[in-house]
Order: sequence, then structure tokens, then C-alpha cells
Amino acid sequence: MLSKRIIACLDVRDGAVVKGVNFEGLRHAGDPAELATRYNREGIDEVVILDITATIEKRKALAETIDAVAREIFLPLCVGGGIRGEAHAEAAIEAGADKVGINTAALSQPDLITTLAKRYGSQAVIVAIDTKRVGGRFKIYVRSGQQGTERDAVEWAQEAADRGAGEILLTSIDQDGTKAGFDCELTAAVSSAVPIPVIASGGAGTFDHFVDVFTTGQADAALAASIFHYSEHAVADLKTHLRSHGIPVRIT
Amino acid sequence: MIALVDYGAGNLTSVRKALAHLDAPTTTPTRPAELDAADGIIVPGVGNFEVTAALGADWRAAIRAHIERQRPMLGICVGMQWLFDGSTEAPGHPGLQMLPGTCSLITDQEDATPEEHRGGSDRVGGRLKVPHVGWNTLRVTRPSWLLDGVAKGAQVYFTHSFAAPVTADCVGATRYGVEFAAAVERGLVGGVQFHPEKSSDVGLRILRNFLQKAL
Repeated sequence: MLSKRIIACLDVRDGAVVKGVNFEGLRHAGDPAELATRYNREGIDEVVILDITATIEKRKALAETIDAVAREIFLPLCVGGGIRGEAHAEAAIEAGADKVGINTAALSQPDLITTLAKRYGSQAVIVAIDTKRVGGRFKIYVRSGQQGTERDAVEWAQEAADRGAGEILLTSIDQDGTKAGFDCELTAAVSSAVPIPVIASGGAGTFDHFVDVFTTGQADAALAASIFHYSEHAVADLKTHLRSHGIPVRIT
Repeated sequence: MIALVDYGAGNLTSVRKALAHLDAPTTTPTRPAELDAADGIIVPGVGNFEVTAALGADWRAAIRAHIERQRPMLGICVGMQWLFDGSTEAPGHPGLQMLPGTCSLITDQEDATPEEHRGGSDRVGGRLKVPHVGWNTLRVTRPSWLLDGVAKGAQVYFTHSFAAPVTADCVGATRYGVEFAAAVERGLVGGVQFHPEKSSDVGLRILRNFLQKAL
């Protein structure tokens, strides 16, 4: 049976892992390769490296981080943050990423989704959507959640799938960093609207939040950062909890 | 020396890193004649079956000669599908035709017997989500050198939309809507639909099994 995936996100700035609340107030959480190795040992299913600075001069540091993580762990590895075009995607994949997450660039140049899907296959293209509830709708925000748009998350997810995206990484800005639970309503709305897997992100605080997002939220995978960063054994304990609730997970 | 065959779409980096971790020397030949010196050949792969067309008659002949020399080869993902007669993904492009059968879209094979569990989002409007992405159970169907030591219930990482049928060459099967061949073996020709280079310890074990045959 296909397992529900548990994904650890490493928010990386200048080669170190940081984690913020509501996309701000960052605090240091360790070395990316060391953390990834620990997560692998604990049974994580996938790792996302999110480059939250993504300035041009830091690109080289990012490639080094990807390379260091990919040497240590043999798990699917996605890299996102600041991928503006084909050259950035190529650099990430050459360094060892299996998938690239595109967000702002996908919205401003939707052809990029198709271009990357044709070159690397749809499985390598994750369209990341950051969204906030505004007047009963899920509105998309870009530039690390700083800039609102008029686009609707469900409609954009459908278009991204049509254009060749292999997965949707869906982040609730309202929930991100709050530990108050995933936005299950948002996740279910997108997951039931697209024919591709949806990764839920933002708000994981307890193990039951994961149960909720896999059942009510109909997520195919769930992503979290801080719940794993500061507690050893969290991944294994989470999976035991999910299994006891009838959710298929990989136990190692 | 393990030759990694690059036909332009397969991401070789991950396979190369996994083999480096297992201390295996690798090379990426630029001409088919370089395969003559290889102890083992790996054809990795992602993306569309059509890209395998880059492996023309000269490459195919060199790979066939390698197999005839009783040297092992391993196809990964699209590289495994390529071992078969072909795929409905690219009807005009024959595979290596080492194994009988034709690969097809999982949803075209689907036998409509959904598995029940609480998180029931594998399907949208009654259809399976495609691609099949994630960790799924590898059921060993008969003893093989390739899957030697793989524990019952072990899970491996998949990401694909097309799959090979379960035939006499199948040594490991996986179920996603339909049961398909997750691992195949005929003599020293092996293939895996999943990504051993992305399947953590289970995957490394399978790669090690291949290296033991090759080196």
C-alpha cells in the first residue's frame, strides 16, 4: 500500500538551518547534512531544502548544501526557494536534488513548469503555493509570503497540474509556525481538485495534526520543520502514532 | 568499473552518489565501445520513455554484447521499462527487448479495487492519482540475487506513471491500483521500477547486491 509521506523541511540560510514563525523571526537550528542524517536514521521519507535567502551571491553556498546532504542520505530530495528559471533548476539538480520547487517564478512565467517537466519529467517539478485566507478565499502570496496576488490557490493548483507539475506543495501562511494544526479545509480543497499528490505544509504542532491532515485534509504527504528539529525520535514516534490510527506509513 | 549509461534525461547524480557511498568506481561512457571494459552497466532513468531513443543501434548492440559476456546490468525506472519490448508512452520507440511485455499507464491497467484506509486520497473522483509517488511495499515474489536480503514488508520509493506487467521475469511486485512489476530479473539482467538510490537502506542493499554480481 502506498504510504503517506512524512517530509522534513530544512529552511536554510547561508548554509545553516533556521526556522521562523509566520515566515519571520528566524532562529538557528543546525547543520543541514547533520540534521538530514539524523532524520534519515529516524525514518523520514523525504527531505526538502528550502533556501530562504536565495540571493544570487549565495547560490554557490546552496549548491554546496545540496551536495553535502545528497552525499549523506539516499532519500528523495527537493530543493526550493529562489528558483527563477531553468538554469537555477539545473544547478540544483546537478548538485543532487531530485525535484525542484518553484513558486513565484511559476506564477510569473507558467511556461517554466512545462519546460522543466519536459526536460526532467513531471516527477521533478513541484509547484509550491503559499496561501492565506482572505474573505473566504485562499489567495496566493508570493515572494516568501510578502506580496499578495489576486490568484486563487485551488485554480492555480489545477492549472499547474495541467501544465505538467508532478506535485503541489501547499503552505498555509496563516498556520505556518503556529503549531496550531494544518489548514485541513485548504488541503482537502486542493487535494480533491487535482490529479497529482499534494503535500500539506504549515502548522504542524502535534501528532494528531498529522492524523487530521491525512484524513480530513486528504493530503498525500505532510511537511514540517520545527516539530522534528528540536525533538529526537519525533519521526519514529509520529509514524507509530499514525499507524495506530490506521494511516499507512513506512516503518523502518 | 560500473558504467552509468547517460541518455540525456536520467539524473545520474543520485545514482553516482549512492554508488560512491558503496565504494564502487563508476564511469559515464561517451561512446558505446567504452562499455566493453565495464564490469556492470546501469541504465538509470527518469522522465518520458521517448528519451531512451537516444540509445541507438550502436548502444543497444554494445549493451547486448555485455549481457552475452555474462556481465550484469541493471535498469532503473525508465531504464527498467526499456528492458521490455516497449511502452505505450512512446509506441514508435522499441525497448531493448530483453524481456517480453509492454509497459503502459498505471491508470490504463487499473482494476478498480481501491485499498481501504483512513487517508483515502489516492483517488480523485474515483481515479488514481498519477504519478504514483512515494514509498510502497515491495512484495518479493520469488528468490532472486537482486532482492536478496530484502525484508518482508520493506518499502521502496517510486515515482512513475507507466509500469511493466507482472510476467515470469517479475521477482518483486507492488500494488497501486493494479499489481505491477516492481523488480525483474532474467539471468544477470535486472531491473527496478523504484529508485534504489532514493530508497535508503533497502535501496542500498539492492545496489550492493548488484555490485556483488558485477565487481
